[in-house]
Amino acid sequence: MKEIILIKLGEIVLKGLNRKNFEDALMRNLKRRLAKIGEFHVQIAQSTISISPVHDDTDFDEVEDCVSKVFGIAAFSRACVTEKDIDKIKQAAVEYLADTFDTPKTFKVEAKRSDKKFPYKSPEICEEVGGYLSDNFPNISVDVHNPDVTVTVEIRDFGAYIRAGLIRGAGGIPVGTGGKACVLISGGIDSPVASYMMAKRGLELTAVHFASPPYTSIRAEEKVIELLQRVAKYSGRMKMFTVPFTEIQEQIREKCKEDYFTIIMRRFMMEIAEEIARKNGCHALITGESLGQVASQTLNAIECTDNACNMPVFRPLIGMDKEEIISVSRKIDTFEVSIQPYEDCCTVFTPKHPKTKPVLSEVIAEQNKLDCKGLIQRAVEGVKLTNIE
Amino acid sequence: MKEIYLDNSATTKVCQQAVEKMIEIMTEHYGNPSSLHKKGYEAQKELEAVRKTVADFLSAEKEEIYFTSGGTEGNNTAVFGAVGALKRRGNRIVTTSMEHSSVIESMQKLEKDGFEVIYINSFDELANAVTKDTILVSTMAVNNETGFINPIEKVRKIIDKTNSPALFHVDAVQAFGKIPLKPKKLGIDILTASSHKIHGPKGAGILYLRKGARIIPLHYGGEQEKKIRPGTEPLPNICGMGEAVKNLPDMNKELQFMHELNTYCREKLKDISNVHINSNENCLPYIINFSVEGIKSETMLHYLEEKNIYISSGSACAKGKKSHVLTAMGLSDNLINSALRVSFSRYNSKSDIDELVKAVINANNTLAKIK
Repeated sequence: MKEIILIKLGEIVLKGLNRKNFEDALMRNLKRRLAKIGEFHVQIAQSTISISPVHDDTDFDEVEDCVSKVFGIAAFSRACVTEKDIDKIKQAAVEYLADTFDTPKTFKVEAKRSDKKFPYKSPEICEEVGGYLSDNFPNISVDVHNPDVTVTVEIRDFGAYIRAGLIRGAGGIPVGTGGKACVLISGGIDSPVASYMMAKRGLELTAVHFASPPYTSIRAEEKVIELLQRVAKYSGRMKMFTVPFTEIQEQIREKCKEDYFTIIMRRFMMEIAEEIARKNGCHALITGESLGQVASQTLNAIECTDNACNMPVFRPLIGMDKEEIISVSRKIDTFEVSIQPYEDCCTVFTPKHPKTKPVLSEVIAEQNKLDCKGLIQRAVEGVKLTNIE
Repeated sequence: MKEIYLDNSATTKVCQQAVEKMIEIMTEHYGNPSSLHKKGYEAQKELEAVRKTVADFLSAEKEEIYFTSGGTEGNNTAVFGAVGALKRRGNRIVTTSMEHSSVIESMQKLEKDGFEVIYINSFDELANAVTKDTILVSTMAVNNETGFINPIEKVRKIIDKTNSPALFHVDAVQAFGKIPLKPKKLGIDILTASSHKIHGPKGAGILYLRKGARIIPLHYGGEQEKKIRPGTEPLPNICGMGEAVKNLPDMNKELQFMHELNTYCREKLKDISNVHINSNENCLPYIINFSVEGIKSETMLHYLEEKNIYISSGSACAKGKKSHVLTAMGLSDNLINSALRVSFSRYNSKSDIDELVKAVINANNTLAKIK
């Protein structure tokens, strides 16, 4: 019995003339991810993508896991393929659904006949297959209004498909169709979630991380790499740039007023990230800021940091509560890594009483006590590249 | 006289790769994985690399793998940990009468503490044994004395049907690396395995705990292994185990090789009139349990040891006691008292079996028979 995966496209189907671009991107992304698991035929026909393995011993759970993380897919299902012959369909349904029918109590059959040459009409298919299933699974009865399982039989151009239930896909639009943006990632809970959310809207990612040895350790950087590897399961591969940040932090500490420390530091981060972003073809920055979460994320503070860069800054978490952010981070499997307790650059030299309502002109005046240009230049020159797969 | 080791279900010879890795860990990366400096960081990286190896091997997530000191600690942690976490939701535990003593004796302790423990003799009894207030179902994947393979997939389905909150623990000490066991696929919540059964060192084991499943620890005092198993990690043992897992041969190929050895051994033993083979042909081919009627297990064992051949009487862990597994199988006392267990590894060959059978025939002809 041959098993395949059928994919229903997400909001791509609403696109007009450039729909093909979106479909191509989705096919590219799918093929690249699937290549890590094995060999597959990936085809698109009648707004449905089908994935069929070349070898019989393919682990379908792994394929399912992989497909569930590709953006641009609204829903998908595992299905069994047979010839377009009613007896063969009935036979295959009983065999294929044996496992699924082990626990539920009620079911119904739906039929979709896009190949109108097939001699049975949809209601007739339902009757035939439903009756045969009832006979073979006497413990399960038909309930057309509220079934535990819905079996769908599709008669398509290339064959008949039998499937039970749809699995929700990752949603969103294919990564890469929205251009490229650069995420500032510290290692906390928020930035991986922000990265995931923007990748979901079709952005390809590049990451910038700030390291301040010996105030921060190699473990903090490893943690960020691990986080990005998990994000990459959704967003696809990316480049990560680690910026040497020690000198800047020491200089601010030495020369600027303590309560402006965090704001000035964040302004430096934005400027450096912007420069790296431009060099790498990015057109926006992404941060994990959530309004009012900490002193540096009040409206006034964000006004001051935003002013340091000229690119659009995406803050997908801006209106979310911590609890909501955590639930996403659990869903994408980054939470457990995020809570490992290593000091990161944001927690080095935190002022006792940071300014919650900083005034932009004062901040700039403080920052100008430093050789900003030189500091930024040295930091950018010292970046280290890590490829995240 | 060549040494012939046929007691691989008791323990195995440590593979060369594991030995080398352990020396490297003890002499170079000897840091404490919890230390913040580079020495500690290196050690932690080694530790996490093994976690990844094991997770990949089980098709699990890294966070689902915990290191223990071996099978017995793993089984104790699983049984007491699961019961401790779920005791408010029920009082009933289901296991089989053929478990390893590390499970059986844990169950006996829980009975003393007031839990109701059901010991089933066959998996046909399982559906009636598991009820809504069952909090743990524990069974081994492969029996250590006979090689019987238990129907793990069926157990999960039965638990699901009863809507019980039960966690499902599988003692995979004899099965790990020998049959495909993917806990996620099989619906296993907790799986335990041991290093020294797969050519790794003694003193390391694996506990898989499904994400979302919760157990309480048996030991307290440290953040290691997410508090499930605190205490400085025995890094040389764990890394030795990692190498052992990495160097496990292709499962299908090795299973085929074991089938060959097993069939060869069976055929040869069948020719001896007073030999009774207790493992049936569906058992895992790594193990053959047989009785030489009339000769006490221990007598035979010591006779063979003089010939530099090493096998086990009944079960290594049931030393001196009548095997509860063979008893549960309904074997006569005569057969139980003369039961022997031969267990193979990838280092064995057909000529080892020739030597064994030759020695058994000699023993049969020379040793005094009991009535």
